[in-house]
Amino acid sequence: MTALTSTLRQTWVITLRDLKHWQREPWGPVFGILFAIMMLLIFGYLFGGAIEMPGGGSYLPYLLPGVLALTMMFGIDGTMAVVTEDTKRGVTNRFRSLPMSGLAVPLGRAIADLGNSAVQLGVLMLGGLLIGWRIEGTFLEAAAAVGLLLWLRLAMLWLGIFLGLTLRMEGALTMVQVLVWPLGFCSSLFVSPETMPGWLGFIAAWNPVSATATACRDLFGNPTGITSGVLADHATLLALAWPAVLLAIFVPLSVRAFRRLG
Amino acid sequence: MSPLSARGVRKRYRDTQALDGLDLEVGAGTVHALLGPNGAGKSTAVNVFATLTRPDAGEVRVGGHDVVRHPARVRSTIGLVGQSAALDEALHGRENLVMFGRLHGLSKADAVRRAGDLLDAFGLTDAGDRKVSGYSGGMRRRLDIAAGLVTRPRILFLDEPTTGLDPRGRHEVWEMVRQVVADGTTVLLTTQYLDEADQLAGMVTVLGAGRVIAEGTPSALKSDLGGDRVIITATGPDDLARIAGVLGSAAVVDPDRLEVTVEAGAAGGGAAVVEVVRSLDSAGITVDDVLLRRPTLDEVFLHLTAPETEHHHEGAAR
Repeated sequence: MTALTSTLRQTWVITLRDLKHWQREPWGPVFGILFAIMMLLIFGYLFGGAIEMPGGGSYLPYLLPGVLALTMMFGIDGTMAVVTEDTKRGVTNRFRSLPMSGLAVPLGRAIADLGNSAVQLGVLMLGGLLIGWRIEGTFLEAAAAVGLLLWLRLAMLWLGIFLGLTLRMEGALTMVQVLVWPLGFCSSLFVSPETMPGWLGFIAAWNPVSATATACRDLFGNPTGITSGVLADHATLLALAWPAVLLAIFVPLSVRAFRRLG
Repeated sequence: MSPLSARGVRKRYRDTQALDGLDLEVGAGTVHALLGPNGAGKSTAVNVFATLTRPDAGEVRVGGHDVVRHPARVRSTIGLVGQSAALDEALHGRENLVMFGRLHGLSKADAVRRAGDLLDAFGLTDAGDRKVSGYSGGMRRRLDIAAGLVTRPRILFLDEPTTGLDPRGRHEVWEMVRQVVADGTTVLLTTQYLDEADQLAGMVTVLGAGRVIAEGTPSALKSDLGGDRVIITATGPDDLARIAGVLGSAAVVDPDRLEVTVEAGAAGGGAAVVEVVRSLDSAGITVDDVLLRRPTLDEVFLHLTAPETEHHHEGAAR
């Protein structure tokens, strides 16, 4: 058996193991979906009435792609939690003592989590449609938007794998769970960066999740809330590039961290 | 060829020298115990041998392969059972074994067959199709060890296999280790308990501060320490001399604590207690208490490290 096929086989064994977890203990992913629905309802109904879109129009079509992108980003701590748990239990060390590729364990985790996220996305989009969100773009454009969201999720979960393998101190997970809030909110997910003070709007526009949300709004045919700037002109390009950069950094770092854990 | 040989292994973590020139030679088909208190470097040693940790210096060959240059080859000859049960709690016992077998490169059919054999061999068949999260500590540990045996390793590393288990669980694990060695696997185990090394190991290496401070068979180590002692507590100070007289010249009297101590000798502690009680009874002496004391690991340590400490003092004085 060549190195590649045995790596793929090992990856698949790990993927099935991770998927079986959700079958046995479905509360994690179910809670993830409920959480996203809660965000949708809070922003759609509690805050939504008070939020005025620049140039008018209703808030829901702007909001929904933002919640989708936020859900993809908040996957960081979910992935980090399971990786941390495996490491704490010694399961990761046992994997490391086996004659297997350093890529298989993180890659298997990535595939399983991506599958989970695809289900989450499906449920959220369905929920959005039920409360009045509409996809105005073509089917292909909508599919491309889903692709960009999963692309963002892929980058975020490798970041989560890396953090789970390297941040070993007590409370690291809680710290990340807290930090994702300002990082997620300082973006175009909930309000347009053009409504923010100049410097903050600048940071928000350059947030990787803003690129994905804005590109998705474009593709779904929803209002982007942005009239000018790099984000307005090149959202799709940025939504492709940002995760690519993150992956180029964190995939090799994660594989290295897996081997260097001891 | 020795399944494991280590020369001058050193490993430093920030401000602690975990291994400070460790030498070790493990004989094929034996149980070799690494004995030492917390922080002696036992787990670091196992992690270096199992390719999880890279040593700073020294040479380690496991199954004839160098752990730094050929870690993948080493990994295919070893089984590792770490300190905490490295099992997937959400999976069934059988599923765990099948997964580790498949990751070792077994085909699905072979992995399933091997899992079934291991569950049978270690009395886990009934529990095999239940979630690990419902297992007792002893069962979990046995499954954990079974997972280290999936591909019939040449050498199995057990890092403190009975720490945290109740007496019943300990005995189950001991029984299992004996079975594993009987099947021809070499076992290197770490432990904090002298009696565990005594029960299982043919050879014991005592570690302190990352290096070997003593090595030998359990009986040789214990006789170095003077072995078991019987301590008799008298009912009053008047009886002390009579007791000492009955028990002979080897008896040591401690008048403050009303105690008389005798060494158990080669026949062992149990026989010595019977002997002491019998002689006291026939002399018509009643006593408050008769106690059998086995040397504890602390005593082994005090004994083994004492000369070195004195040496240090001398050095400081000069």
